[in-house]
This record gives sequence, C-alpha cells and structure tokens, in this order.
Amino acid sequence: MSETRAAAATFRFAVNVTPKEGILDPQGRAVEQSLPHLGVTGVGHVRVGRRVELTVEAADEAAARAVVDRLAAELLANPLIEQHAVELLGAASSVATEADPG
Amino acid sequence: MTVRVGVVVFPGSNCDRDTAWALARAGAEPVELWHESADLGGVAAVVLPGGFAYGDYLRAGVIARFSPVMRAVAAFAAEGGHVLGICNGFQVLAEARLVPGALLRNRSLRFVCREVAVAPDRLGTAFTGALPDRRPLRLPIAHGEGCYYADEATLDALERDGQVWLRYVRPDGRSATDPDDPANPNGSLRAIAGVTNAAGNVAGLMPHPERAAEALLGSADGLPILRSLVEAAGERAAAAGPVAVRAGGRR
Repeated sequence: MSETRAAAATFRFAVNVTPKEGILDPQGRAVEQSLPHLGVTGVGHVRVGRRVELTVEAADEAAARAVVDRLAAELLANPLIEQHAVELLGAASSVATEADPG
Repeated sequence: MTVRVGVVVFPGSNCDRDTAWALARAGAEPVELWHESADLGGVAAVVLPGGFAYGDYLRAGVIARFSPVMRAVAAFAAEGGHVLGICNGFQVLAEARLVPGALLRNRSLRFVCREVAVAPDRLGTAFTGALPDRRPLRLPIAHGEGCYYADEATLDALERDGQVWLRYVRPDGRSATDPDDPANPNGSLRAIAGVTNAAGNVAGLMPHPERAAEALLGSADGLPILRSLVEAAGERAAAAGPVAVRAGGRR
C-alpha cells in the first residue's frame, strides 16, 4: 500500500442487531418463559439479538459511519427480519488498542 | 446428451458428495464447483448443497453469499440458468436475495432431524416436472434455521404468483399451515418448505431430496425433484444450442 494516504482517525462502533418488530423471536420467548423461575415479575417483551463491535479507519466520523451503515445493512443485519442501531463507542486515542493485535 | 450439473462446495458444506451421487442417479454428470472460483465451467445447472457454509457464522448463508462463486451463480441465474438450493443452500439463496424471504431459527429452538411429509404445490415446474402428481413425498430434514418467513404481503404475492412450490403437509395431505402443527417441523409461515424466484428458475427447499434418492436407504421420493432439475436444465441447454452452451462456459 502507498504511504501517501492522508492520516486517518480510528473510530470504534457497535452495531446492535435485533429481530424486527413482529418477527417471532423464540430465543426472546425462551428467556421470557424462564423469568418466573427466577421469581421475577413485570418483565416482558424480551428480544434477543447480537452486538458486533468494530474499528473503522476513516477521514472523519461521517465517513466512518457511512462504512458501518453499509456493513450493517448488507452484512451484519438482514433487513427483512432484523433492525439495527449503530452506536459510536469512541474515537482515535480514546479507543483501546485491542483492535490492532499486531 | 449428458447434462453437467455443478455442485458448489463451500467450506462447511457437508452434503456435496451425497448431492453429486444423487444427481448422477438422476441422470446428470455432477461437477464440483469450488467456492473461490467465479467460473461455473459451463454447467447446465447449479445446486447449492446442504451443510454449514462458513460455519453458519453471523447468520446461516450470509458469508457464503459474498463468495466469488455466488457472484457467478447470481449472473447465471439472471440469464435464466437453473439453480437449486438445498437446506443450507436455500439459506444461501435467501441471503443472496435470489429467492424471497428468510429462514429463521426453528420455532422450537431445536435442531430438527427427521423425516417429514411435503407436497408439491405446483406440477410441471423446473423442480417438479418429473413428479406425476401432488401426492406427499417423504423427505428428511436436518436444520436449526428452517422457519420460513416473509411479510404477509410477500406471502400473498408468492402464493398468487405460484412461487410456493413445496409445503409441509399433515398425514391427511393437507398443508400444515398452523405453525404449531406437529407436521410443520419448524414453524414455517403457511407451511412453506420451498419457494422459487419470480422467473421460476431458482428454487430453494429445506428438505434433503438427495438423502431420499435410493429406496434401499429408506426413500427415493427426492429423486424426481433432482430429475426434474436435470431435465429442465437439459432442455434449456438443448434449446440454446451447442454454441450458446460453450459461450456460457466463460473462461
């Protein structure tokens, strides 16, 4: 790769993927059905999804977010059955270096 | 003329050899297609076999969707080529949007491995042409994510346009449309076990016809489905003529 590229910042995102409203979520239902065994009442509408965390290198936050939005819509979530929410966790030096294990 | 049918091999496919064996019994010459190759080698039809492509990571079928071979399969399908996805292959087709809908986690949350009864909704298609009637077929299933889902408007359109080609049926032959019906093994909406694309040349199904291709092994009910595909692909190749067939085999 050429080294003439402009310096980029890194952004850490989380993509939270959950079943769309109205989609049967048997995992959520199973969790819900276990609640009485814990003696818990008043908890309902449990939905089980997945969370994907990733680091993006980009010129600015908007550019990074555009990449994450595309990944979320095309790969991380299936828009037919899932909804997703993108969450910015941190940027540049505030991000733990776990993303680059060497 | 021998009909060459490609069987895609993804990392994690585990029904590819059975499928090749069953396709040979159905009269085809099976050809293995490696997932990293975008060249289909001029085959007349493609089968995406069952298994756990790329470990079913993220969602069953989604990683496979982005493999080089699937770009070629999508182009082949767009030209009218016949493609059949079995079980995990159906999940790959759905993730690739080559057939409508999605396969959700089974309603029971269990991996279900047993024989089910399914009946063809339509005869005379590229996938049912060799079936004499709509009598139920006994086919094995083995999946954890086979609950067919599409929104109500899509389901209505699929039924109206004849894109539902296979349904789970009760012992009396009626569709197991209640998702809690024991004859509906995974909670599929409207008991859908298989759908096609709008053009009718791409189809997916959750049951395994290749595991029911020899009476000595329990059932040969799946063989006519594969024979239908082989015959449809053979007719298409013959109609296109030898030149077009060769041109289809991009080098």
